[in-house]
Amino acid sequence: MKLKMIASMLGTAAVAGTMLVSGVASAEEKVGFVYVGPVGDHGWTYRHDLGRQAVEKALGDKVKTTFVESVKEGPDSERVIRQLAADGHKIIYTTSFGFMNPTLKVAKQFPNVKFEHATGYKRGENVSTYSARFYEGRYVVGKIAGKMTKTNIIGYVGSFPIPEVIRGINAVALAAKSVNPNIQIKVTWVNTWYDPGKEGDAAKALIDQGADIILQHTDSPAPLQVAESRGVWAVGQASDMGHFAPKAQLTAIIDNWDGYYVERTKAALDGTWKSQDIWGGFKSGMVQLAPYNSAIPADVVKLAEETRAAITDGSLKPFAGPFNKQDGSEAVAAGSELDDGVLLGMDWYVEGVQGKLPK
Amino acid sequence: MLLKIEKRPESSHSMVYVTPILALLLTVLTGIVLFKILGVDPIEALKNFFIVPINNQYGATELLVKATPLILCAIGLSVGFRANVWNIGAEGQLTLGAIFGGGVFIYFHDVDSVFLLPIMIVMGAIGGALWGAIPAFLKTRFNANEILTSLMLVYVALLLLSLLVHGSWKDPDGYNFPESRIFSDSATMPILLEGTRLHFGTILALLAALGTWFMLGKTLVGFQIKVIGAAPKAGSYAGFSQKKIVWFCLLFGGAMAGIAGVSEVAGPVGQLLPSISPGYGFTAIIVAFLGRLHPVGIIFAGLLMALTYLGGETAQINLGLPVAVTGVFQGMILFYLLACDVLVNYRFRLARFGKAAS
Repeated sequence: MKLKMIASMLGTAAVAGTMLVSGVASAEEKVGFVYVGPVGDHGWTYRHDLGRQAVEKALGDKVKTTFVESVKEGPDSERVIRQLAADGHKIIYTTSFGFMNPTLKVAKQFPNVKFEHATGYKRGENVSTYSARFYEGRYVVGKIAGKMTKTNIIGYVGSFPIPEVIRGINAVALAAKSVNPNIQIKVTWVNTWYDPGKEGDAAKALIDQGADIILQHTDSPAPLQVAESRGVWAVGQASDMGHFAPKAQLTAIIDNWDGYYVERTKAALDGTWKSQDIWGGFKSGMVQLAPYNSAIPADVVKLAEETRAAITDGSLKPFAGPFNKQDGSEAVAAGSELDDGVLLGMDWYVEGVQGKLPK
Repeated sequence: MLLKIEKRPESSHSMVYVTPILALLLTVLTGIVLFKILGVDPIEALKNFFIVPINNQYGATELLVKATPLILCAIGLSVGFRANVWNIGAEGQLTLGAIFGGGVFIYFHDVDSVFLLPIMIVMGAIGGALWGAIPAFLKTRFNANEILTSLMLVYVALLLLSLLVHGSWKDPDGYNFPESRIFSDSATMPILLEGTRLHFGTILALLAALGTWFMLGKTLVGFQIKVIGAAPKAGSYAGFSQKKIVWFCLLFGGAMAGIAGVSEVAGPVGQLLPSISPGYGFTAIIVAFLGRLHPVGIIFAGLLMALTYLGGETAQINLGLPVAVTGVFQGMILFYLLACDVLVNYRFRLARFGKAAS
């Protein structure tokens, strides 16, 4: 008698369970996003969230997106990623470098879930990596900065001295030097991706050291706001930050993940998804530039546009030789260029960058 | 009519147990209003905060994983707080524990020995204690305020870790990213339950709580700490050395935080990173007071604090609540818990105008 009751209870539970599962499956597939900052950072995370919205728009009621913002890199991120995977998300985008090892750990436990990790270098059967060649945008910015500076000092607010950031600094230095041989680049490290207070202070310090152009590889618009109030130029990061600094923003390097997210989500839904490594630039549309400031002279705009077109069609390689490392030794000879492997592990400055890399 | 707050002649024993329940009730009530305003089903929201995160085995173990460093740090801090030694720098001591403990692995990464992990744990405790020794020395020698010195040393510790992982401790195969090698199996905390992240560090935290309970209740040093905390003058008449207690509290607090640090890097983190703790050392201050500086109270407080983090994540995932709302809700719980504590030592009285207060 008792056994029967238990059996019938189990049966009911099983039916309820199947109903639940089929209910989800027939309606929509879940797509997860893990963000390192708040969606309102107006920079990095904001652009990823626009990508998420693009997925919702393009795939309509076929998908339901979930996001978790301000997730700390490290053990907390592993729990969040795992929870999304266990919750039946079909594909999960983890959008910060520090989510790399947690993403891989979770991916091993959930072989049927697809993972997309931004800016990392470790992949797996079900883990792809993607990033953008932001340095292409920075190269164009370097040309503009080299032309626009009066003091010949460019200030650069750096986050962490990792290859990604160093590559950006070097791209700016090479481009700026090509139009202005006297250029100097001063870098201040703030050791954070997002901290408006620290970023703003760093910008102030750089302006006090004579910089009249502020570039940044951090996510908040604080450096631009400082530049606006101090009457110097600045360049927006990750998204168009023009409304924070209408006078100061020369242009902005925009990350555009929309197309990539829609394409990969579709692939995950129709079963054609494969692990890959994508590093897109101007050509793929992942990197874009915001409209130029109307105060930039026409000849500088023309130079910038030519540079952009040349990078897009491949006739100009930002890291083509000849150029030297900071200590004067040759980095690349004339006629050759740095390959992606060297770019991905870049841990040295080119000539024209001031200061030493923290080591 | 006037509502008056007056000090109780003695702190109320019943209130010690009533206030947490009162706080929980107030949180639930305010939560219902908050979630209604946001257009979320309040019952669903509360369920996602308090029940869904731990309604399965994995979730329950995650709660312990998250609470472990909080409990370890808070246990260490509570001993000092009882003796009026205000160590605010557990975060730095935790970081030094991670550096000392993790450093053992960095230099012996090719050694596969059962002794590796115990040595790492001991070194972690030593590292944390050394970092606690600095404010202790400055306090006893120059009477420098330990609140300031221990806090400032947090930033020094964080930069020291940053220096190491950006420099010589960087993973040689890591494309110059600021991360150490991933710890080998013999340098990793044993997992207690297959398929989860529950690790040996949790046992260390429970042992620390038990040991501290014993120390405070049964040993001379525990007695001295309590006397000096409650009545410093009485302590010095009795011949207890204030300096010794300052040293003891900071070394003990540092060692506990150091163990928390090594248990994190050798546990769920699995390597040294520029940032290894989302502020456990600071949150532990709240946990210590929430637990009324009692080892058992701290275990519960640590679990509750961990639950608010897990609940915040679940609410984001399942209900799409923004992180700011989950933060407001977490803050609300803490606010009510600490505010209701007033009732332990004070009571409300109705008084009439014009009548002299007695």
